[in-house]
Amino acid sequence: MVDKIHVKTTINGLPQEFLVDPFMSLLETLRDVLNLTGTKEGCNDGNCGACTVVLDGRIVDSCCVLGAEIEGKTVETIEGMAGPDGLHPLQQAFLEEAALQCGICTPGFLVSAKALLEREPEADEHRIRYWLAGNLCRCTGYDKIIKAVQKVQA
Amino acid sequence: MARVFIPFALRKLTDGVTEVRVSGGTLREVIDNLEEMYPGTKERIVENDAIKSGLAAVVGEQPTREGLRTKVGEDIEVHFIPHIAGGRAVARCGSGLGR
Amino acid sequence: MVSTQEYKVIGTRPIRHDGLDKVTGRAVYGADIKLPGMLYGDVLRSPHAHARIKSVDTSGAEAMDGVIAVMTSADMPEAGDKIVDLGEGEINLKYASNHIIASGKVNFKGHPVAAVAATSTNIAREAVRAIKVEYEVLPSAITVDEALADGAPIICEEMVGDDLGEEVKNTNMASHFRHEFGDLEKGFSEATTIVEHRYDLAMVHQGYIEPQNATAVWNEEGRIKVWVSTQGSFSTRTQIAGVLQIDESRINVVPLEIGGGFGGKIPIYLEPLAAILSKKSGGKPVRILMDRTDVFDATGPTPGGWVNVKMGVNDEGIITAAESDIRFDAGGFPGSPVGAAAMCVFSCYDIANTRIDGYDIIVNKPKTAAYRAPGSTHVAFATESVVDEICEKIGMDVVEFRLKNASKEGSRRADGPIFPLIGNVETLEASQASPHWQSELVRDGGNGKLRGRGIANGYWFNIGFKSSVNLSVNTDGTVMLVEGSTDIGGTRVSIAMQAAEVLGIPAEDVRPTVVDTDSVGYTDVTGGSRTCYATGYAAYNAAKSLITKLTTRAASIWDLSEDQIEFSEGKFASKSDPELSMTFKELASQLNDTGGPVNSTGAVDLENAGGSFATHIVDLEIDPETGKTDVVRYTTVQDVGTAIHPSYVEGQMQGGAVQGIGWALNEEYFMSDEGAMENASFLDYRMPTSLDLPEIETILVEVPNPVHPYGVRGVGETPIVPPVAAIANAIYDALGIRLRSAPMNPGRILVALKEKNG
Repeated sequence: MVDKIHVKTTINGLPQEFLVDPFMSLLETLRDVLNLTGTKEGCNDGNCGACTVVLDGRIVDSCCVLGAEIEGKTVETIEGMAGPDGLHPLQQAFLEEAALQCGICTPGFLVSAKALLEREPEADEHRIRYWLAGNLCRCTGYDKIIKAVQKVQA
Repeated sequence: MARVFIPFALRKLTDGVTEVRVSGGTLREVIDNLEEMYPGTKERIVENDAIKSGLAAVVGEQPTREGLRTKVGEDIEVHFIPHIAGGRAVARCGSGLGR
Repeated sequence: MVSTQEYKVIGTRPIRHDGLDKVTGRAVYGADIKLPGMLYGDVLRSPHAHARIKSVDTSGAEAMDGVIAVMTSADMPEAGDKIVDLGEGEINLKYASNHIIASGKVNFKGHPVAAVAATSTNIAREAVRAIKVEYEVLPSAITVDEALADGAPIICEEMVGDDLGEEVKNTNMASHFRHEFGDLEKGFSEATTIVEHRYDLAMVHQGYIEPQNATAVWNEEGRIKVWVSTQGSFSTRTQIAGVLQIDESRINVVPLEIGGGFGGKIPIYLEPLAAILSKKSGGKPVRILMDRTDVFDATGPTPGGWVNVKMGVNDEGIITAAESDIRFDAGGFPGSPVGAAAMCVFSCYDIANTRIDGYDIIVNKPKTAAYRAPGSTHVAFATESVVDEICEKIGMDVVEFRLKNASKEGSRRADGPIFPLIGNVETLEASQASPHWQSELVRDGGNGKLRGRGIANGYWFNIGFKSSVNLSVNTDGTVMLVEGSTDIGGTRVSIAMQAAEVLGIPAEDVRPTVVDTDSVGYTDVTGGSRTCYATGYAAYNAAKSLITKLTTRAASIWDLSEDQIEFSEGKFASKSDPELSMTFKELASQLNDTGGPVNSTGAVDLENAGGSFATHIVDLEIDPETGKTDVVRYTTVQDVGTAIHPSYVEGQMQGGAVQGIGWALNEEYFMSDEGAMENASFLDYRMPTSLDLPEIETILVEVPNPVHPYGVRGVGETPIVPPVAAIANAIYDALGIRLRSAPMNPGRILVALKEKNG
């Protein structure tokens, strides 16, 4: 076995320090080392987006990043989306618009949609669909997800 | 008398008859009376005192939930339908109307 | 009829009770569980689709540091040839056991051969690689035609097939049955137009985003506890009990949140392996997770195969006869949904003379499982395409033809029984009147692209079966609802709403919880579109019982007899004294001084829900240069009975339609000649993304189900039935080519265009 790597990082605004196997993905690191299980595994090869997180301001599939790579960086996950003041407007809109059924893809969609609205608050429907195309949902047909994002824009 | 529809696989036991009037107040009695009329039919429908697995008994419009105890009214339709299971239709060694 | 009834809660759109946990990442799904001392399991799977196992040497794995337990089929109890009823269907335990871990032979690629438990995922993975298996590779049969050909390799060698009631040996045909009504030959002789074609479909997967998982403890007392993502905790319990041959009462199944299923999370896969590894490791919890490739290779997709339909009509446009031959691949063990397909193939029509042959055929592919209205999409592709061709030949409007021949209350379904009250005609009429159908199609899509419109019908019967619900009143006037139905897409709220309607309180005041099998009465699977119908009925019964008990309390407070009190609009009131009135909440606050807690239960075992019909309308835009098809407009119209929570009804309609769109245009198991799925990832198994789709419009038709107190019919499955056929009809409308093979991907469209244009 190879030695574990020592990592210092910031996750959801909080400093974190941990040891991680060099082969462990950021997804495994979040879920198994840090117990942040809100980030989900759907495919483990960068095609479903259930594990989407924000790494230094960019959305990434955390299954395609190594845990050791976040040394000195900042990571935002679904667990950091709601604050003491309550839900993020997207979370509220997903509830009101019934934009989830089973809910397994929901964290990834929320993280992606939040990043979209921060960059392109005026995105039209086509642009929203384009931006969210990296996140697979098998339950909803996407219709209510798109409408929830548009509700927050309105 | 119930209107019993003979499943295709049993029609060789009924000389090709597809529908018969059978008396009986319960499904059990109807099946027993059918056996009197057409020997060999019962063992194709009943196993261990229950409707065979892989087979659904319809009394009226819907598959019965009370098995052989189901009350059978006058003029009511009775069907025995193979492989009706919703989604996991069974097939196995000698299933349904076979043995 | 309940259609005119005024409801306070039903038909509103409250926020689901479990929503907060699901938008914050707090909800615990199967893979999220971590128990003290937990071990990590992994499974060795066959690289061959068909092979005899000559030997398995696990010594290399056992010798590794960190490996705690290793198992093979030798650790499984000998399962008898016994059929077990799972509520929605049955399983043969011998095949179920051999399916979970191969005994002597592997029947499909990905078939488990051995499993290990270790102190880390990584060690478990390495240990699996250290197990040596010697295989004698056998020829494989991949399609139904290959499996039935002379000299085909026999996959389940001991199986006795059933050919119209006769036993057959040495066959891959597990079953052949027939439904026959009327006089087919006479019917066809009366026809002036006859169309007959065969329609082929590739195997496709449910594609739920959450892979299968299981965590188990088998303790020293011989009790098993399993944490799992399942559509049916009780059905899981039954299957585990059968395969491991222990009493159901010694197994507790804890259903965690479930990340999609669509029928695919009814069978068990990992649970007995985790349990045996736990036992072998001295009662430590063992967790096994599948990865996406495992899910594609080794969990149940829906069958591929073919459907032949022959239909004849007379000069008046009346269908005089119809015949179908349906052949489904069951996968590596018997049991495809061909029976259900036979129920559905002609169900949208009232036809006097019919014959249907169904074949269940074993092939060297993963064992199929249910997938949303299993079998009905396949047959709708055939029937609805043939209907479209007939309409063109006789020059009749496609909706008028369907209306003229539509099945309705009293029509005989082609498998025998007559229809109860159904909403087929109402659905067709609503489609005809819809803005989409009434709009003019602009045929030129620009840049050489061509547009076409298609329409198709679909039917699913919707099951009933067993459900249990417990209610208890809190003194603040809220009610706790405990249910056994796992919540796959918002059923907690729709069950709670039905209880709230009875109790006259807001949906938010009923708190629903899904509990383990030790904590609630037997409940069948979340499947067959039964949950809102049957578990909703159980909640209704429990709530009625609660009102009876609370009436007794009110009687005691007012010193009246129960029959002097009535409950309506959420208030208990004296029939004679208008001064005596209490809301549900006011009465609840007095429970502690009137005898303590008030609880109730509801339990049902229901007949089928009467069936639901849908009509889908689609506009496509096709690029003849590339063969790429875009869906530019899509409308789903469905008889939903009564929509309890319209948002989640719409969601079912939209989600089902989109799965059907993927099935029609892209998705398929792309098999090598050796029986390996060559596209076992979400990159290559291409499911629709948000960018591939337009808005999915929904039109809810409500023909309340007379056998449910609120008219619920079940809605979840029918939406996947029409899309493949509707898209095939739209492709014909756009290009003038009939595609009779799904998926209708760009390659197939280009080949067909080339054939047409020379």
